[in-house]
Formats: sequence, C-alpha cells, structure tokens
Amino acid sequence: MNEKQWAREALTISGVHAERCMKCGKCSGACPSYEFMEYHPHQFVDMILKGGFEKLSNSQSVYKCLSCFVCVERCPRSVFPANIIEAVRTLTERSIGGDKIAADMISEMDDAPQQLLMEAFRKFSK
Amino acid sequence: MQRIGVFVCHCGSNISATVDVVRVAESLKNEQNVVFSADCRYMCSENGQSLIKNTVKEYGLTGIVICSCSPRMHENTFRKTAGEAGINPYMVEIANIREQCSWIHKNAAEATEKAVILGRAAVAKLNRDFPLTEGESSVTKRALVIGGGIAGIQTALDIADAGYKVDIVEKKPTIGGKMAQLDKTFPTLDCAACILTPKMVDAAQHENITLYTYSQVTNVEGYVGNFRVTIKKKARYVNETLCSGCGECTLKCPSKKGKNEFNMGLNNRSAIYIPFAQAIPNVPVIDTEQCIKFNTGKCGLCQMTCQAKAVDFSMKDEYITENYGAIVAATGFDIISLDKFGEFGYQMYDDVVTSLEYERLMNAAGPTGGHLVRPSDGKEPKTVVFVQCVGSRDIRECGKEYCSKICCMYTAKHAMLTREKYPDTEVYVFYIDVRTPGKGFDEFYRRAAEQYGVRYIKGMVGKVYDDGEGNIMVRASDLIAGEQLTIKADMVVLAAATEPDKTARTLGTMLTASMDTNDFFTEAHPKLRPVESPTAGVFLSGFCQGPKDIPETVAQAGAAAVKVVGLLSKDSLKSNPCTAISDPVICSGCGACKNVCPFGAVELAEKTVLTERGRETRLVSVVNDAVCKGCGACTVACPSGCMDLKGFTSSQIFGEVDALCR
Amino acid sequence: MPLNEKNKKAETLSSEKTDCEENGKFVPVIVAFCCNWCSYAGADLAGSSRLTYPSNVKIIRVPCSCRVNPTFILRAFGRGADGVILAGCHPGDCHYSTGNYYTRRRMTLLFSMLSYMGIEKERMKLQWISAAEGVKFAETMNEFSKSVEKLGPCKKLGDLRCK
Repeated sequence: MNEKQWAREALTISGVHAERCMKCGKCSGACPSYEFMEYHPHQFVDMILKGGFEKLSNSQSVYKCLSCFVCVERCPRSVFPANIIEAVRTLTERSIGGDKIAADMISEMDDAPQQLLMEAFRKFSK
Repeated sequence: MQRIGVFVCHCGSNISATVDVVRVAESLKNEQNVVFSADCRYMCSENGQSLIKNTVKEYGLTGIVICSCSPRMHENTFRKTAGEAGINPYMVEIANIREQCSWIHKNAAEATEKAVILGRAAVAKLNRDFPLTEGESSVTKRALVIGGGIAGIQTALDIADAGYKVDIVEKKPTIGGKMAQLDKTFPTLDCAACILTPKMVDAAQHENITLYTYSQVTNVEGYVGNFRVTIKKKARYVNETLCSGCGECTLKCPSKKGKNEFNMGLNNRSAIYIPFAQAIPNVPVIDTEQCIKFNTGKCGLCQMTCQAKAVDFSMKDEYITENYGAIVAATGFDIISLDKFGEFGYQMYDDVVTSLEYERLMNAAGPTGGHLVRPSDGKEPKTVVFVQCVGSRDIRECGKEYCSKICCMYTAKHAMLTREKYPDTEVYVFYIDVRTPGKGFDEFYRRAAEQYGVRYIKGMVGKVYDDGEGNIMVRASDLIAGEQLTIKADMVVLAAATEPDKTARTLGTMLTASMDTNDFFTEAHPKLRPVESPTAGVFLSGFCQGPKDIPETVAQAGAAAVKVVGLLSKDSLKSNPCTAISDPVICSGCGACKNVCPFGAVELAEKTVLTERGRETRLVSVVNDAVCKGCGACTVACPSGCMDLKGFTSSQIFGEVDALCR
Repeated sequence: MPLNEKNKKAETLSSEKTDCEENGKFVPVIVAFCCNWCSYAGADLAGSSRLTYPSNVKIIRVPCSCRVNPTFILRAFGRGADGVILAGCHPGDCHYSTGNYYTRRRMTLLFSMLSYMGIEKERMKLQWISAAEGVKFAETMNEFSKSVEKLGPCKKLGDLRCK
C-alpha cells in the first residue's frame, strides 16, 4: 500500500475526520506521554493527512500512547487523535502479520474477557 | 370576460434582429381573449406608452401583455402606464423575449417560435389574472429599542435626534450594558466609562427617549407599523420619582452578602444597591433574595434612612402596554458558562478568572480600585497566562462553533495594560490564531508583542492544575517550538466564548424574528440588508445579530436607526398585493401554513364560514397582508389547497405550464 | 411541418409534439421554474452576456422556489414536458430566508415519487443558481437539455384527456 492508501485505511478504521483539526495543539498540550513520544498527538492528525504514515508507523510513538483519551476529551473540534494513533498501531500490527489468535483457539481461552477477544480479532485476523 | 391587448417590442433591433416581431404579434392574435396585437419600436418610450393608453381606451382592454425585455427591467414602468390608462396595474404580464430569447438565440426561426410560446404563456397567465390592490396600513410614530447597552443607546439616540419618540427597555436596573463594565477599549485605549456615560446621560435626558429599566418585554402583537407591546416593569421597591439617588440607604443596609453582579461577583454588595456609581437611573433597587425585610419581615433600615420616603416595600410589578411602529432588538451578549471546561480549572481555582472578571480587576472603579491582585490572596501576580478561544471555535456541545471575534483584541489589550502597569509581570498568551482584522487592530497586537514584550505562544492549554503546593500550573503545547510547556502561573485569564443573551431566544419567538442555531438574530440579507430582520418592522443592532466589537456595534446601531426613521417617516405603508390568501371554506385549520411562514404572517383565528353544511364557526388560517412577503411557502405546505398566492396563483402557473407545453 | 414516419411512430399521444421535432431530431420540451430573486436574474444575466442555451428551455417566473408545488412539475410532465428544472437561490441566500430549504425537502420527496412513477429522475433537476451566475445558468441549461435529449420523449404521464 502507498501512503495515500494507508492514510485512507487509518482514517476509515478510526472513523476520524482529520480535516476538522484547526491545529490548536490542545491535544498535545494535555498529553501525559508527550515527552516520551517522537510524534505527538497533533502531529499524528496532521501527518496522516499529509502522507506520513510510514514515519508514524516506524516510530515508537504508537506504543508510547497510553490510550488515556485525554486528547479525545479535550479536542474542541471532536477530531479524536487517540483514535488515529490506535488506527496506526493496529495497521502496523496487521502489516507485521501472523495471527496471534486463531478462531479455533477461542474455546481454550474461555476465561479471557470478551473485549480482549474482540480486540484481538479486530487487530490480527485480517 | 377579458379583453387582452398584446404589444410586441422591437427594442430598436435588440429583439427584432432575431425575432420576427410582426409574426409574433400576428400569431398571438389567435390566443384566447386577445382583441388587439401589434408591434412597436420601443414600448418603454413615450410613443409606446401612449400606444398602450390609446389602445386601452379604444378597445376597452382589461389587461395587457407586453413582449419585451425582462420584467425586472420595466415591469414597474408598464404597471404605471396601465394604472394611468385606467386598468389595474396588476393586470399586466410581461413575456421576456429579449434576455431570454432574442439575445441568446442565433436562429431566427427558433427565436421567433420561442417568442410566440412565451407570449402565449403570458396571455394564458393574464387570462387568469384578477385586479389586485396594494394594502395600506398606518404607522405608529414611536419606536421600541430592546436592550440598553451601547447598541440600544446609540440606536435610541439616533432615532430620537431625528425627532421620533423612542422607548428603551432594559432588563437590568441600569442602562449601559457590557460596555459600562469595561476598563479601556481597544485599539485606542480610551476609557470605556468616559465615552459611554455621557451617552447614557444623553439618553436619560433626551426629551424623546423614555427609559424602562429593570423591565422586560413580555408580549408582542401586531405587525410592521402597528406593534402592540407589553412591558413588565419589575418592582424595584424604590420610587424612581421620589428617590434623590443619595445612596444613604445602600450604606445603612445591614445585608452585605449579595454578589456584586456589576463586578462579576468579585465582591459583595448590599441588598439595596445601585449597580455602579454612574448608573442611570441613579436609583437603588432591592434584591429581595438578600433583603432581611423581605426574608424575615424585620429590618426596614433603608426605609427609615430615606428622607425622600422613596423606599416602598409594597411595590408591585407593573405592566405597561404601548404601541410602536418599529422594534429594534439590541439584546447584546453574555459569556458562556465554563462549567463543562474542567481542564481550565475555572471552578476550582480562584485565580483562574474570565476576561470580563479581569476587566473589573483592572478597572479603577472595580473591586480592587484598579490594583491588579489575585482574588485568592490579594497579592500581585508575577506571571499571568492568557488562554484564548476558550469555548470559541469549539464544536462540542459545551462550546460555540463560531469565532467570538473580540477576544484576540481584548486579550492583547489586557496583556499590554498588564505589562504597562506592572512591568515585572510575565505575560503569556496562548493562541490558536490571532485574528485582528480592523483598523489599527494588527498594529495594536504587534505593539503588545513587540513593544510590551508579551509572549505569544502558538498552542493551546491542555490542562490547568494544582502542583500540590498551592501553585497553579499551566500545561500547554508550543507548536512552533515543538514542545510541551509547563508554566507556574499566578493567574490564568480565560477568553471565554461569547453567546447571545439568554433572553434573545424568547424575544425572537415573540417577534417572530428568525434566529440561527446559535440564537443570533438572522438578518434579512447577509450582505445587503444586515440590520433588518426578515420580519418587517424588526431591526437588529449590535451583538444580537453576530459577534462584533464596539465600533462595529455603534455603526450598526446607527444603520438600524436610519432604517427605523425611514419607516417611521412614512404616514402609511403600502404593502405588496401579491400576498397569500386562504379560502376559509376549504381550510381545515391544520396550521401547516403557519408553521412554514418565516414572517409570522399566518395566524389561526376563529371565523364563521358558510359551508355546504351551513354556517359554522371554526379555526381557519388568516393571512396578514401587511406582514406577508409573498414567498408562497404556505401555498405548497397547505394539504387542502386552500392557500393561494395572489399574482402567482396555482391556476395562473398551471396556465403558463400548459401554454409552454402545448 | 410535415410529419415524418419516425415521428408518427413516436408520437402516439400528441400530434402537437411534432413542433419540437426538427429534421427528425428529437428536441425536448423543457420547463424551467426560476425564482425571481436569484435564478431569474441569473437567466437575465445569461441573456445580457449573450450566453446561448437551447431555445426549447422556457422559463416560468415564480417569487421563490418554494412557490413551486410538486403538482406544477407533474402537470408539466402530464402536458408533454420532457424535462423540468427548478432553480432557486443558493442555500442561505433565499430572499425569504428559508424558502429554498423547503424546496430542497419537497423536491427530495418528489424525486422518489418520480422514480416510483417510472419517470427517470434525470428528467427533473433542482439547481441553485445565483443572480451572478449567468454562466452557470447557461451551462446548466445546456447540460440539462442534452441529458433530457438522450433520454428521449417522456410519455409516462401524458394524459390523453388533456389532448
């Protein structure tokens, strides 16, 4: 996939309207992981539109996001930066490949929370 | 039985070059009820006009069809001619064979054929025309201005100076509005009180202006030229005519726990109070929630102190009904509630204030006498952080999606004044964009940054929190440096978003004036009629129409006044006769028409109608011709088809459609 | 104009229809409803700028696009129109503030009704044209006329009783 396709994919699975961003930086102003991240929440929003998926995907920033959703909560334009970060992380994981959970393994994992199973499916079974 | 005359214009060679006008005139002779058809070189000329007049007389015409240029060009000319010739001006139809035919078609045969068809449609329409007369209604030569801020005062003064009576209704105990609370005004830094209070005095003393303070409009009836308005004058428990305004009562009052609204609640006031020193009228008002007499029945110190015997605990709300020709909405603005913006800590920390509170703290007449100190401990702040766009351009439920327009400039003003008075204070301004369109505005902002050393940082504050040692910490991003900042601040000033005053929506409903989703009044045309509401006779002044600063407000106030004067100077109003008309026999009184009317011209009223079942009294729709603008929205909404539009009746349009498709 | 063979076959409903068929080429009858304040003025501007559009487009002036009752449009189809276009002010620019919003809703319903009745929805068009858009007016009419021409004559609603 090229940058454009990656961007479209990330925006589709996150359901984010990145164009709404007015570049105020409130997300990064509130982010508790700011100093650990190479790319910050507002940069995710901006770079995904400008074709920076590879850079974001290759940086450790995707794993530094705590998914605390403070950026989502604070964003005045309802852009949801955390959802984009999550999408980039998901796509990165998927591209690495290798299903971590196969469908027939589920019966052995009946004490795992439903949400974990759902999430594992979403991330790995494509 | 109609007798129709058709006149086909050559328009020099504009039409006749491509359209065979003689043939057009000839073919239209065969149309229904056409008794005369001819061509003429210039229909709009003296000759053409006299041809019409002579033919009307000679042939006893009841209506005329002119095949010429666009009706937008000469419809009025021909209507006037028809009137002079003795037929109803609305018995004129125009077939546009210039703009919509001769000028755009090259092929003569095609163009001639089209001209004939357009002429046929006009004849078909005219065959279904009936005479219309313009309605006339009187004008009450008195205006009402709702809101006594700078917008209302300026509008009232301008109307009053033109010689018309004006009443101002203000819900607060004094006129002056938000501007009275301001310290300095950008970009010239004149003192707001110095330029506003003389206007307030002028308004109070003007022989043509009546002030109703502490009052509210509770009902509006009628229409342009003839509004009937009920005003509730709330009891202030002090007789305005007897009171000398000495203020002794306010000093003696033992209850001092009321929040001083004028100072944004930063200090307390007595239960009987005058909002501020230059209040107009300079008469106290009793806050019954705080008053000991009203709560326990014992006290009455103010009454005992008053030598003028003006204090009257038995006063009741009064209702006044007055007639007006025009109404101006000047309800102004307020700032939004910051309850849902927990990230800025406005609710939690005393030293996080709104800009309007900061304005009072900087004001020499404010709670601190103009000495800038922290509300929490009374110490001078050493670091002040300004946050812009708090709630503005915010599409969430708690915010406002529009730009509040004034914040960039007043924040620059606050920052500049702070640096000027207290040069040791560090001032930071967090901005998303600095918007300074206006005369001298950008220069002003640059002066704050360049000469006064205000630190402008592009980025938004993400969080205001307590570091555990009682310090307010501001965490924000600096987008240009690409870093996250944490600043220890002594004070945080929030440029809270503005919103239309809460009373605007109820007023808009009473006036049937349309409003947008943000509760701003809608103007009749965004570019060309910015101070008029689509509802005739209702005008808009100031912030209630959209965010604006003082110079813009004053300019709009003057413009609204001119529109009001223009209306009041007429002895009677001629109304467009092409209005909706309802047939009460068919009307089922469902009210669909009333709901779609943008002007509030349709009412449901009890009427006695003669039906096939005999006489019955029932609810039917009634159109007020003076208010109806003739858009026709109701005619289509009407499920029973009882609503029609004069001048564009369904039968006329069917006639045209049939003629075009024949 | 003499009827040619093709016309005879095509025109079972209306003999008048032959007026619009020149040299065997189908020329559709198009009725355009234009609001007085924007689109009619736009048509005038197209005229004064000498921008040509087909002569089979005939304009009916209405005060506002919201005056146009869907029955007017059905009547036009019933009386032999092959296409109907309704033009009004751009959303937000209505002279009567909200008229074109009503139009938009009403026409949305009409569109689905037309397709229910088996009339191609391309035969009906709703277009916002301002008083300054003479070029857009002419272009719209050219395109619309061409697309209706491709669809051929509209017979679905032709009412024999009207003939």
